[in-house]
Amino acid sequence: MREVIAMAVESNIRHNIPPKFFVQFNRERCILCKRCTINCSYGALSFNGERIIADNYQCVMCLRCALMCPQAAIKIEVNSFQYAPHYNYDDRIRRIIYEQSGSGGVLLASSGCDLPYHHIFDDLLIDACQVTNPSIDPLREPIETRVFVGQKLPQLTPEMDSRDVTLEMEFPPNLEIQEPLIVGHMSIGSISYNACLSIYKAAQEIGTLAGSGEGGLHKDFYKYKNYIIGEIASGRFGVDMKYIKGVAAIEIKIGQGAKPGHGGHLPGEKVTKMISETRMIPQGSDALSPYPHHDIYSIEDLAQLIGALKETTEYQVPVGVKIAAVHNVAPIASGIVRAGADFITIDGFRGGTGAAPRIVRDHVGIPIEVAITAVDQRLREEQIRQNVTIFAGGSIRYSADLIKIIALGADAAEVCTPVLIAMGCTVCQSCHRGLCAWGIATQRADLVQRLDVNLASKRIMNLFKSWNEELREILGAMGIDSVESLRGNKDRLRYVGANPKIAEVLGVKHAGE
Amino acid sequence: MLESKAILDWNTISAKRNSTPISYKELNASIRTSIKNNQRRIKLMEVLGQRFIGAGLECTEKDPIEIEINGIPGNDLGIFMDGPTITVKGNAEDQVGNTMNNGTIIIEGDCRDVAGLSMRGGKIFVEGNGGYRIGIHMKEYQSQIPILVLGGAGKEFFGEYMAGGILLALGLKFKNSHVVNLERAVSPNLGSGIHGGKIYIRGDVPDSYLGVGAMKTRFSEEDIKILLPIISEFSKNFKIDEDFILEKAFTKITPGSHRPFAGYYTAKPI
Repeated sequence: MREVIAMAVESNIRHNIPPKFFVQFNRERCILCKRCTINCSYGALSFNGERIIADNYQCVMCLRCALMCPQAAIKIEVNSFQYAPHYNYDDRIRRIIYEQSGSGGVLLASSGCDLPYHHIFDDLLIDACQVTNPSIDPLREPIETRVFVGQKLPQLTPEMDSRDVTLEMEFPPNLEIQEPLIVGHMSIGSISYNACLSIYKAAQEIGTLAGSGEGGLHKDFYKYKNYIIGEIASGRFGVDMKYIKGVAAIEIKIGQGAKPGHGGHLPGEKVTKMISETRMIPQGSDALSPYPHHDIYSIEDLAQLIGALKETTEYQVPVGVKIAAVHNVAPIASGIVRAGADFITIDGFRGGTGAAPRIVRDHVGIPIEVAITAVDQRLREEQIRQNVTIFAGGSIRYSADLIKIIALGADAAEVCTPVLIAMGCTVCQSCHRGLCAWGIATQRADLVQRLDVNLASKRIMNLFKSWNEELREILGAMGIDSVESLRGNKDRLRYVGANPKIAEVLGVKHAGE
Repeated sequence: MLESKAILDWNTISAKRNSTPISYKELNASIRTSIKNNQRRIKLMEVLGQRFIGAGLECTEKDPIEIEINGIPGNDLGIFMDGPTITVKGNAEDQVGNTMNNGTIIIEGDCRDVAGLSMRGGKIFVEGNGGYRIGIHMKEYQSQIPILVLGGAGKEFFGEYMAGGILLALGLKFKNSHVVNLERAVSPNLGSGIHGGKIYIRGDVPDSYLGVGAMKTRFSEEDIKILLPIISEFSKNFKIDEDFILEKAFTKITPGSHRPFAGYYTAKPI
């Protein structure tokens, strides 16, 4: 009886909600090569013996079919179907209610928040030199973009005798990155083997770091270990001595911008043989990451795990902490510094995810712009800013955001979605389905092999290079010869938005001031 | 390759200097130095709350490391440990065997909260009682099946989030050098969120004690085969009569489902 009701509800859903996308064919151009049907991993396209037909309900607008069509005969359109206009209960709200009243489930989403919250970045303009101070030609003069990750000593105490100056001090471990940009944490499991490999290869070539995500490190990737930040999350998946001692830096993941305060849940069907080996869990079992770390209920407890990791690595490896940007981010960050972290990653509410409840992804946290400002300000006031490197993540979309977030107080930024887009992701936001037609957010071997590792890593390298060049262009125009001098240099930003309160919170003057 | 006598002799390290406890940093450094000098049997004296003892120490069965702790070790005893044997002549604090990969920890006393957190392999034997959330998120992988045995009783959320391995609570109590039975070996919210592994409780478990997703399962011949060697090792460690332990029946708790939250989410595009 229950099944019958379930089926009735299922069919009810289909009738209530119109398909979101429509696949349009130009029948004159179509040569029936059926390449689109092979490429569609969502089961939207098939050949009925006469022509290609579409099940529009299955389409997610990943555009694989359209871009693979040799005849450019396919076009995907957002369904123009509209419910009777209502500003308050718009189509999106009505779709959510129809869906939830059908399934009774928690809506799942992936990628970053897709709601049109205003970007503070877009209200900030950058300064440049005119007459009174000279700008620098970035193509012909040196501009330093290297960043050192880790704790800095407040001062050097050299010993001098009549001839020599000696510096016998113990320096905390630091890592050098060639530009103030790293790849954020995406685990093998959330993205494919080929996607991970492309990222690590690129990180090595660029001379920057890439996050492992919380799924451990696949045995093949240990050759890139000097460029990998190993994440330790509440599930402790894949965390053993080889991992702890192998990676360049360790990051304790407390939270993620897309789902602050939320755990992780890799469903059993995604735990393939490879994922099982990397995470060190049985094949096919659910991989649940508890919501909190159950050995961390306080700053003191966090200090304890940091201490344990430092003790285990004999103080040779920087240990950092990643938190989501939440309302009280500044005092939390202060606590993290005092707990002994060498770097902090703050992930803004727009940050991406392989899967998160939509309600959390879209409505929890604060923007990275204000979070970084608050943290930088607080740490400066407490005179502990030099104790950490701050990474900012959570929708650093392009180089302008990178430059502005550094000026607001970050040492460097971390990016994920732009890296995925560089590899070919079309941001269709279906990562949680595990069917990525571009071979990125999937574990299905036939789909994974679609991602050309050499090409993808080259494209990531190009992206990083161009961002760095654009950063140098702006630094040159501002007459700044080192990115470290841009950090927290809010005097070189002006606000042009509509809300002076934001300018006040950011500590940025309004244009004209 | 045991060639010199020095290897077999216990190297005694005091955790106190001038009647003040030394820091955990210094204590762990002297343990590492001792191992580097091929003195792999280490006796720590007057330990008083030093954390992370044995953190990340690695050894194989062929070339073992043994640590005896006299006093009370601090939190995270044997964290990330992979192989050594640690014996505590007294109580231990929180998070014994945190994310441990292999090895044995024997505690001749009580342990506190979250012992065996996320442990993937090895064994922990506790003679006395445990705190809250013992064996939380224990997991297993291939031949690695972690075992945690609590001689006494565990507090709430015993075996929470458990994903693999074997947890055992015996409900024993020492009284005037006799062993007697406690009324209950566990508290409510037993195995809350369990999705793998097995929990064995000596004695009854009221249904109201079962946590989310935990289920009582029939105790079978198979389970006796699993339990006997574990109980025998426990009895040997603490010199407790094995037959006394086996006098009372065991309750077996397993996950109600390996996919407790399947169907919880809806993945349709909105």
